Amino acid sequence: MESHKKNPLSLQLDLNPDDFLPASEEEKQSLVVMRESVSFWKDGFRRLRKNKVAMVSLAVIIIVMIFSFIVPHFYPYSYATQIKGANNLAPMQYSEAEQEQIANGEKVFPHVLGTDKMGRDYAIRVMMGCRISLSVGLIATVLILLIGSAYGSIAAFCGGWVDLVMMRIVDILYTIPDILLIVLISFAMKDPLEKLAMMPGFGWVDVIGRNMISIFIVFALIYWVGMARMVRSQVLTLKECEYVTAARALGAKSGRIIKKHLLTNCIGTLIVTTTLQIPSSIFTESFLSFLGLGVAVPLPSLGSLASEAMNGFQTYPYLLFIPALLISLIILSFNLFGDGLRDAFDPKLKN
Amino acid sequence: MDMCKYIAKRLLLAAVTIWAVATITFFLMNMVPGGPFLSEKAISPKAQAALEAKYGLDKPLMEQYRTYIVDALHGDFGDSLKQRGRTVMAIITSKFPVSARIGGLAVLVSLLLGIPLGCVAALNRGKWIDNVVSVFTTCGIAVPSFVICTMLMYFLGVRLKWLPTFGLTNWKNYIMPVISLALYPTSYIMRLMRSSMLDVLGQDYMRTARAKGLAQFMRIFKHALRNAILPVVTYVGPMMAYTLTGSFVVEKIFTIPGLGSEFVGSITNRDYTVIMGTTIFLATLLILMNVLVDIVYKIVDPRIKLK
Repeated sequence: MESHKKNPLSLQLDLNPDDFLPASEEEKQSLVVMRESVSFWKDGFRRLRKNKVAMVSLAVIIIVMIFSFIVPHFYPYSYATQIKGANNLAPMQYSEAEQEQIANGEKVFPHVLGTDKMGRDYAIRVMMGCRISLSVGLIATVLILLIGSAYGSIAAFCGGWVDLVMMRIVDILYTIPDILLIVLISFAMKDPLEKLAMMPGFGWVDVIGRNMISIFIVFALIYWVGMARMVRSQVLTLKECEYVTAARALGAKSGRIIKKHLLTNCIGTLIVTTTLQIPSSIFTESFLSFLGLGVAVPLPSLGSLASEAMNGFQTYPYLLFIPALLISLIILSFNLFGDGLRDAFDPKLKN
Repeated sequence: MDMCKYIAKRLLLAAVTIWAVATITFFLMNMVPGGPFLSEKAISPKAQAALEAKYGLDKPLMEQYRTYIVDALHGDFGDSLKQRGRTVMAIITSKFPVSARIGGLAVLVSLLLGIPLGCVAALNRGKWIDNVVSVFTTCGIAVPSFVICTMLMYFLGVRLKWLPTFGLTNWKNYIMPVISLALYPTSYIMRLMRSSMLDVLGQDYMRTARAKGLAQFMRIFKHALRNAILPVVTYVGPMMAYTLTGSFVVEKIFTIPGLGSEFVGSITNRDYTVIMGTTIFLATLLILMNVLVDIVYKIVDPRIKLK
């Protein structure tokens, strides 16, 4: 019986009773087409991973960090021991005593980068120098970030005469030559730090090194100025946003608004400025060591290694080139990585 | 008229800032333990007291401060404590021209190279010249001045013997110091110029100018360059003040008797009067440059309102 033969041109739908059953959970799930929401961080990191230059710089930074923080623990030489008769060895050269040892069948670790004029293995000194330079760069930058962002955001948030006075102070600090402040403050800190190291419970001061602490404090006291200006200009625009008004209408206190809303919203810019501050701290530390105001001997930093090598660089140029090239490489990688971060997290600032 | 009023206001503000800088420096300097005559070990306590009395260092600090400010307002910055018989003025006027000549050349080089190359890079975005400029600027910004100084000295001075390594007798002596001083600002200006030029080239008025058939030359010089140069002007002001007064590292490595090395020397020697004089001089120069930047700004872009 073909009573139900369908006309090929008919628009009538073929329906059967199954089509009218409620959808199961699975079917409902398959209909959700919305993509998983991409957070600010995920989005940024995805963009960062695509940036080849930034990833290469990051790899360089990590390699340098491994060499400066982990490898020295396994290295057979120490940065301070002077090996007798091993003065001014060229790279991969052995001293006479060591050649004898080798002849006796003992294994002697080669001086990969030679030794300096006091007979200290240069490779380990360069690694320690990287460690010092990197730590100064990182720690000083954290201090700068804390002081600068607090100062800048308070100035911008309060506005009016508070802002005026605070920014005048910044202008005046900007006008005093850096080098004068650096030298004077580091001299001024010598005595208090010595006293502090004597006090019970402050033994850690000597562990880190008084000079190091003094350098951290000097940097933090001088270079927060730029960071403060940056944060202030950001907060000035952000505080006009509606969500700040909304938060205030809901009764949020000023401190909470600064912490929760304003600083969180300029975190992208903060990260970028911080990463770009690190190379400039390393830069300045090397300059200070060059002046002889850096870390105390026998601890090396890249700058002090370079300035020591200046004296004999006509005969032993590699002693100068190695730290000089490394410091340029570190600064270059941080700069490029910082640029990559900026492109990833703050696309508005691109170019 | 507006302009005159503005400049007067800025100069007044500058005077206040310079006074504040002088005051901070004065008290900070005196607060730091040690003094100008302590480093000379052979000196007897009596002779030291006599020296201190001669320069008025035995008086109370506030009185010293008052005397210094009054004298400075009369244009007298005192005698150097360490270089007997030389006034601070004489030291600055003899050392500054040396630094300023090298610094001035470096500023000139950085402007003449940085601005055109930055523009060219922006106009040829993504082409080989842009890549060359990018590599140059990233490297130029990353290399500390002592590295570039020592490298130049080793390769050009010691190895190839093309250029003399010290002294300032010949024009050849200027080449290495000028390169070392100019590298960073050149790279920075190039980078700044490139990015602000790219920004301007993307603006609507540039498309309008093109649409109405303006020649490329006119478009770039009359429309783009004028707007794009503003960030460079902001940077060049303070940069000029720093470069003209000399860099300690460059002057030390190439043994140039300039203001930069003099200043650092005076700080480590505690030559109080020289420190004060040089700091005030540097601060004044820096502030004047900033005022100059604002005036140039107004000339380049008349829309900007000075307040």
